[in-house]
Amino acid sequence: MSTDTPASAPAESAAERYLAVQRSDEFAGLRRALRGFVFPMTVAFFLWYALYVILSAYARGFMGAKLIGNINVALVFGLLQFVSTFVIAWLYSRFADRRIDPVADRIRAEIGEVTHEHGPRG
Amino acid sequence: MNTVLAAEAGSTTARNLTITLFLIFVAITLAITVWASRQTKTATDFYAGGRSFSGFQNGMAIGGDYMSAASFLGIAGIIALYGYDGFLYSIGFLVAWLVALLLVAELLRNSGRYTMADVLAFRMRQRPVRTAAAVSTITVSIFYLLAQMVGAGALVALLLGIKPGTTFLGMDAGTAKVATIIMVGALMIIYVTVGGMKGTTYVQIVKAFLLMTGAIVMTLLVLAKYKFNLSSLLGDAASASGKGSAFLEPGLRYGVEAPGDALKTFYSKMDLLSLGIALVLGTAGLPHILIRFYTVPTAKAARKSVLWAIGIIGTFYLLTLALGFGAAALVGGQAITAQDKAGNTAAPQLAEALGRDFFGGSLGGATLLAIIAAVAFATILAVVAGLTLASSSSLAHDFYANVIKRGDASERQEVTVARVSALVIGAIAIALSIYAQSLNVAFLVALAFAVAASGNLPAILYSLFWKRFNTSGAVWAIYGGLLAAVVLVFFSPVVSGAPTAMFPKHDWHWFPLSNPGLISIPFGFLCGWIGTVLSKEHDEDKYAELEVRALTGAGAH
Repeated sequence: MSTDTPASAPAESAAERYLAVQRSDEFAGLRRALRGFVFPMTVAFFLWYALYVILSAYARGFMGAKLIGNINVALVFGLLQFVSTFVIAWLYSRFADRRIDPVADRIRAEIGEVTHEHGPRG
Repeated sequence: MNTVLAAEAGSTTARNLTITLFLIFVAITLAITVWASRQTKTATDFYAGGRSFSGFQNGMAIGGDYMSAASFLGIAGIIALYGYDGFLYSIGFLVAWLVALLLVAELLRNSGRYTMADVLAFRMRQRPVRTAAAVSTITVSIFYLLAQMVGAGALVALLLGIKPGTTFLGMDAGTAKVATIIMVGALMIIYVTVGGMKGTTYVQIVKAFLLMTGAIVMTLLVLAKYKFNLSSLLGDAASASGKGSAFLEPGLRYGVEAPGDALKTFYSKMDLLSLGIALVLGTAGLPHILIRFYTVPTAKAARKSVLWAIGIIGTFYLLTLALGFGAAALVGGQAITAQDKAGNTAAPQLAEALGRDFFGGSLGGATLLAIIAAVAFATILAVVAGLTLASSSSLAHDFYANVIKRGDASERQEVTVARVSALVIGAIAIALSIYAQSLNVAFLVALAFAVAASGNLPAILYSLFWKRFNTSGAVWAIYGGLLAAVVLVFFSPVVSGAPTAMFPKHDWHWFPLSNPGLISIPFGFLCGWIGTVLSKEHDEDKYAELEVRALTGAGAH
């Protein structure tokens, strides 16, 4: 138990504690959940944005095609980038509130006493 | 004769009104700064505003920090002169926030303390990594500062109505520009040295509110003129430009096709891709944006502030469409380039045209011009304060406290050094800005983005997500990416060998692209990888601590 740890060696105990937490199943689950969301989402929005930039460079005919009045594909495609950004931000916020925060809070509470050893200067 | 007199009277009114409004803004922000200085007692107060801001407040402040002269003056100018291509900036600047939201903001908030280097150096040897991070923070911030000061210089000649051959308070246009740059520099130094992060944050919140209000009012007026029919606004802008529907399509400014010159066309298209990648990857590497995440108490609040920021910034960038195309239709490219070759004055000129139309003649025009010009000055001041704070924090906390003093400096010493650093960096920025006045500010900011994306982003992402990453990797990533970006810019047509270059009469350029991102960003990532595998160093315990703290917020400051 942590209360048995000699006060003279708090640094080692903190390091061991973090290492133990990092190797725990609960933490591995948290990492997997976070990376499982943010990595694919990053790839997705990056490719979607890259597609927009590449079409702007190489598909001028397509981008210039008029849809309604003077509103062309380029403008709509650009506005869709706004929509996708807002949607992804909203999805992430919902995901983090539900799937990340509760687990992170639980793990933080479990290692709560370690944090005090950092003191105000940390 | 009468119209000339009326115009004269209008411009004198505008001049007085702008100066009055601007002085009011300066008085209010200085009062806030003095108030904030009384609340600033510890280093955490100075560097991170006591971590006491709410998600919404910080979201507004991020908006105020991010929506720079480049966003307001630069993008509107590029859209007004080149049409659709300016919109690319708006999109890139916004989408970039997803990198910050998904990969950086919360993890950085949890594991860092005052500067970007807190995270980069967490599991590394402190001195080399912090030195590299300080060098890179200051380089990026100075590029960015230049852009803002150039914007201020461009504005002042318009605002004070100083035409070639005439003077104001005995100054001609050139002298007035230099005087403005010095005044903006002096104010930013005061905000930062006196108010620290708290003062700077409130200045940014006030500015975000003013800028959003100004942009919304102008957009409503532009749309009202076209009976809220976007298509007829676009049609009018296209015909006023003399370029027809090409004005509404990509290709007039970037990725220009040179018939019969395949190589030139290829370079031009690569330049477009290069700009695109620099914009989207730059934001999460900008030190003045990253340190804003430290001003809130928790990672959840950091997330909330980014969500607010995305909402505010996204709305603003949608408005740039109306501002830019509105300026093209109602002011016209010729009138804009006559005032400022790079188009930086399109938005205030649009304000003048709208005021004339809606609020009765030249007096109305002068009034709206004065209001929008004062907003633009507020915009510039808030951003330069953020940039100066980021670089002086890094110089004091990273270089002085952790490299020179090896972590032995007292809080008091650190904050004193930060204040002195703000003075020095402000002075350097003022001196350099005087030489960069012919460049478009959105374009200059794009260069800062490229440098940030090349020098900082690889090291940040490797630090947070790559177990094997080490001191050697961090140092290689930062210097490699930074040097590649700066060297390529130096040998690009931006600096020499083109009519619009900083040194138009000389030519030492050999790099064909004006934005280095396409080469320098992958190069930064590659350097980080090479540096890492060349060294055997690996601190397993510290990585465990970093990862656990970053993901859970345990031990967060």
